Amino acid sequence: MELFTNQVLAGIATGAIYACMALAVVMIYQAIDHLNFAQGEMAMFSTFISWQLMQWGIPYWGAFVLTLAFSFAAGIVIERLLFKPLAKAPILTNVAGFIALFAIINSCAGLIWDFTIKQYPTPFGSSPFLGSQLISTHQAGMIGVTILLLILLYFFFQYTRVGLAMRAAASVPESARLVGINTSWMIALGWGMAAAIGSIAGMLIAPVVFLEPNMMGGVLIYGFAAAVLGGLTSPFGAVIGGFLVGIFENLAGTYIPGIGNELKLPIALALIIIVLVVKPAGLFGRPIVKRV
Amino acid sequence: MSAIQEVVTEAPVVEAVPKRAMTLGAGASLVMLALLIVVPLFVKNFIIFQLTMLLIYALAVLALNILTGGSGQFSLGQSAFYAVGAYTAAILMEQYNVNYALTLPVAGVICFAFGFLFGQPALRLSGVYLALATFALATAMPQLLKLGVFEPWTGGVQGLVVTKPDPPEFVQSTLSWFHLKMSQDMWLYYFTLVVAIAIYIFSVNLLKSRSGRAFMAIRDNEIAASAMGIDVALYKTLAFGVSAGITGVAGGLGAIAVQFVAPDSYTITLAISLFLGMVVGGVGWLPGSIVGSAFIIFVPNIAESISKGLSGAVFGVLLFLVIFLVPHGARQVAMVAQHWVGKLRKR
Repeated sequence: MELFTNQVLAGIATGAIYACMALAVVMIYQAIDHLNFAQGEMAMFSTFISWQLMQWGIPYWGAFVLTLAFSFAAGIVIERLLFKPLAKAPILTNVAGFIALFAIINSCAGLIWDFTIKQYPTPFGSSPFLGSQLISTHQAGMIGVTILLLILLYFFFQYTRVGLAMRAAASVPESARLVGINTSWMIALGWGMAAAIGSIAGMLIAPVVFLEPNMMGGVLIYGFAAAVLGGLTSPFGAVIGGFLVGIFENLAGTYIPGIGNELKLPIALALIIIVLVVKPAGLFGRPIVKRV
Repeated sequence: MSAIQEVVTEAPVVEAVPKRAMTLGAGASLVMLALLIVVPLFVKNFIIFQLTMLLIYALAVLALNILTGGSGQFSLGQSAFYAVGAYTAAILMEQYNVNYALTLPVAGVICFAFGFLFGQPALRLSGVYLALATFALATAMPQLLKLGVFEPWTGGVQGLVVTKPDPPEFVQSTLSWFHLKMSQDMWLYYFTLVVAIAIYIFSVNLLKSRSGRAFMAIRDNEIAASAMGIDVALYKTLAFGVSAGITGVAGGLGAIAVQFVAPDSYTITLAISLFLGMVVGGVGWLPGSIVGSAFIIFVPNIAESISKGLSGAVFGVLLFLVIFLVPHGARQVAMVAQHWVGKLRKR
C-alpha cells in the first residue's frame, strides 16, 4: 500500500508538468479550434528568453514577468502575421503551417542558444516537501502554480467582459459578431494567452527536464494526451487529465511488468487512442454536434 | 458543465479536387516516363541512388495522397507504416532468405492489414483528432521497434543490415552482348521504377473506380455520402488500408535501397516530411507526389547549403511561402503552365 501511495504522489508531481502543458493546449484549442503542434516549441523559446534575461542579471521574478509579456505579444504577432490569413483555409493548410512554425522556432533556438543542455533555476528550491522524499518543494510549487492558474482562468472566463466575449467568439462566431464582439481580435487574444500559459509551463518544467531546444518533445505528447483525456473544451478537465496521465504513467510503470522507460510514449499513444475511441469528448468536455 | 450541446459547422479538411484534375494528361505522362527512363543512363551511381529514393518517397507521398486527397482523412503517422514495410522486407530477406522481389507484396499485405486495423479506431476521429492520433502512432513506433521482445527478429536498437540485390543473370547476359554492364544501383532504380509505375496505374484506376468515387464522396460530405448508401466505415478503413499498403511497399523498397533498417530512421520527422511532400505537391493531385518527394529530398540539402544552423528555419520559411503563394502546391503551378501552353497554341 505504501508503494501505491508513493507512486500516486510521484505521479501527481510529474502530472503537474503535463497539466500545465495541457492547459496551454486547451486554451489555443478554445480560441482557434485547432491543435497547435508548435505549442511546445513556443513554450521552449519563451523559456530560453527568460534564461537569457537571467543571464543578464535580471532576478527570477523580473525575468518571469518580462517573459510573460514577451510571450503574450509574440503569440499575438504570430497569429496576426501568419495564421489570420489562413483562418478560412482548410485544416490541412493550418496543420502544415503549425509544422513550419515548429521547424522555424526549433532551428532558431538551436542557432541562438545551441543544443547543449542548460541548468534552469527554480524559485521554490528543491529540498523535500514536508519531509516527503517523493515531492520536492519545486514540484509542490508547480502544482500550486498550476492550480492558481486554473482558478485565475476560471474567474477570467466567468466574470470578466473580455472572458465572456472570448467564450462567445469561440462558440458562436457569427452571433458574437452581430452583438459587436471583434471575433478576430478575440482569436489573437487567445493565441497570446496560450503562449503566455505555455511560457509558464516551460519555465516550471525546465528545472526538471533541463533546458534545451528539444525539451518539449515528449512533454507535448503527454500534454496532448492529458488534454484529450480531460476534454479539449474544458480547462479544468485538462488539468485533471494532466494529473491522471502522470499517475497512470507511474502506476503502469510499477505494476505492469515490461513497461520501463522505453514504453512511456506508447502508453501515451494507447491512452490517446482509447480515450478518443471510448469517449471522444473526454472526461469533462462537451460533446459537439456537427451541422449538416 | 451544463448539458448544452455545441453545434458547429466544421471547416473542410481538404478542399475538394475535381476527379479529372487528379491525374496528368497522356502526353505529359509519356514525357515524364521517358525522362525517368533515360536520365539514370547518364548520371553517377550516387545520383542514381538519390533518384531511387525520389521514386520511393514519391510512392509514400502518393499513398498519403490517396488517403487525404482521396478520402479526406489525415495522417501524420505514415512513417509507422513505412517502418513496418521496411522491417517486413528486411526480416524476410535476412532471417528467412526470401527473394527481395517477393518481400514487397508481403510487406504490402501486412501493412494493408495494419492500416485497415488502425483505421477502425480512427473511424471515430476526424480532422485534427485524427492528425493527433496518427502523430502519436508515429512517435511511438521507434520505441515499439526497439522492444526487447522483438529483438531476435528486429535486431533491436542496432537494426538490420540488408544486402543489395544484384541485377538478374538474364539482364547481365543480354547487356554483355553490347559489352555493357549494369550496376546494382541502376538495376535497383529500374526495379523501383517498374514497381512505382505499376502502383501509379493502380492508384489512378482506383480513384476512377466505384471505390474511388466513394472515397471522394466521403471527403466532400460524409453525411451526404452515407445518405446515398455508401458504407462510410468500410470505405474509410479501406482508404487507410490501401494507403498503408502502398506505404509499406515503399518502405520495403526503401530498406533494400538504403541497405539498412533501424528504429531511429523511422521517426516522426519522416512522417512530417511525407505530409509536407503532399502539401507541396498539391493535395489530391497524384503526379504532384513526385514533386513533393523532390521537395523533401532536395530542399533540406539546399536549406543546409544556405545556412548550416538555420536549415530548419529555411525549410519552415519555404513551407510558409508555398502555403501563402501557391496553396495548391505543384498542381497550381502545373495548371498555370497548362493554361499558358494552351494560349500559345491558339496563336
